[in-house]
Amino acid sequence: MIRLENIVWTPPGKGRAPVLDGVSFGIPSASYAVLMGRTGSGKTTLLEILCGLRAPGSGAVWIDDREVTALPPGERGIGYVPQDGALFPTLTVRQQIGFGLRMRGIPPAEIESRLLEAAGSVGVSALLDRLPPGLSGGERQRVALARALVVKPSVLLLDEPLASVDEETQDDLMELLRRTRREHGITVLHVTHSRREAEGLGEWQLRLEGGRVHASSTTT
Amino acid sequence: MSPAHRVSPFWIALGLVAAGYLGFWFAMLAATATYTSPGEVMEVLLSREIRYATLLSLVTCTASALLSVAVAVPVGYLMSRRRFPGHAVVDAALDIPIVLPPMVVGICLLIFFQTRAGGLIEQAIPLTYTVGGVIVAQFVIAAAFAIRTMRNVFDHLSPRPEQVALTLGATPLQAFRHVTLPAARSGMFAAASVAWARSLGEFGPILVFAGATRMKTEVLPTSVWLAWSVGELEQGVAVSLLMIAISMMVLVAVKMTGERV
Repeated sequence: MIRLENIVWTPPGKGRAPVLDGVSFGIPSASYAVLMGRTGSGKTTLLEILCGLRAPGSGAVWIDDREVTALPPGERGIGYVPQDGALFPTLTVRQQIGFGLRMRGIPPAEIESRLLEAAGSVGVSALLDRLPPGLSGGERQRVALARALVVKPSVLLLDEPLASVDEETQDDLMELLRRTRREHGITVLHVTHSRREAEGLGEWQLRLEGGRVHASSTTT
Repeated sequence: MSPAHRVSPFWIALGLVAAGYLGFWFAMLAATATYTSPGEVMEVLLSREIRYATLLSLVTCTASALLSVAVAVPVGYLMSRRRFPGHAVVDAALDIPIVLPPMVVGICLLIFFQTRAGGLIEQAIPLTYTVGGVIVAQFVIAAAFAIRTMRNVFDHLSPRPEQVALTLGATPLQAFRHVTLPAARSGMFAAASVAWARSLGEFGPILVFAGATRMKTEVLPTSVWLAWSVGELEQGVAVSLLMIAISMMVLVAVKMTGERV
């Protein structure tokens, strides 16, 4: 479950208008929500506030009945997949996927078995020894997804994950995202510009406009 | 030639400016290289004093380059990634050594080490008119160039992977160490090379703060100045050619690694 209460965020600098001006909405557990909005409307800022990468001016963030507004990103139980995957430039796919487990002090044997499982679930088992420059756009997104899922987050935050891949790869990744939500029982918030993605994936559709989430609807 | 393949007079004009500038440089280098014979150059370079100055230059430049990178990595990262009150002022202050006349830097160093705080440092590590002083004089200027280089390197590295690392449970230090620093490796080499090359050419602050004592604090630029001041032009030219050769090698190394940053 994700809940935002009256989130306000204003860019630094005198006389700037708030980008987020009292954003409040909730997404039930294990559901797939899509957030749309124009470029510059504050979608990525909102995701960063959810991740704990940016502090809101005021308001509260709740994840799974726990207020996480003041918690650091690593303690929020989230998985984050930014646009183009943001893979670690010098780490192999194996090291990328195992990174979160290593940071959590998981024993090496368990890291290996969990990363193999995560890599298998997104179809990148054959790519484990590759570095990011040797991956296609779709493969990068799959690796980024495995890296986020391997630490078993309760919430998955996707920032335009399909924006930089071709239509055929988009279809494959959309199917993967549907399956991921189903198999992991995870709450997903997916930011996109694409109506096709919103209609193909979102049970909940949210629209960020004028600093607020104006409309929300269910498609299923 | 078809109109599509005709080179515009605009580009020809720009090419002429570039060719004129480079031509002037090559003419200067060629004139210097042919001023004296290879035999005389070798004789100078193999003399005891110049061998000492060469070794001292190589050692002090390496030490100041390493110190510069040790300071440039954290400062460049801070300036690239964080905005804080007074950021613009700190940014400008970091460039002061770049714009200050080098001789003034030497005077500032000399005066600082006469103060109480400087005296305490001197008691622990004697620096004025010592080899340590050569390294400090090179470092205070070279570090500013290394910081600028590292800041540019970090500016060109997206912060997104670090942010993802934070969401995966890494601390800011772990994200920096495991994600950003390995990606900045080539940039660190470039920063070290720039600092090294800058240190090699440093003269003013070394002369004022460390002196120009033969077989003690004499580095290659000091050798050129000492030779020139007593009219030994061949010796000055020979050492200048050595410095040009070393600088060229550093430049090639920077270009080669720069392409991989």
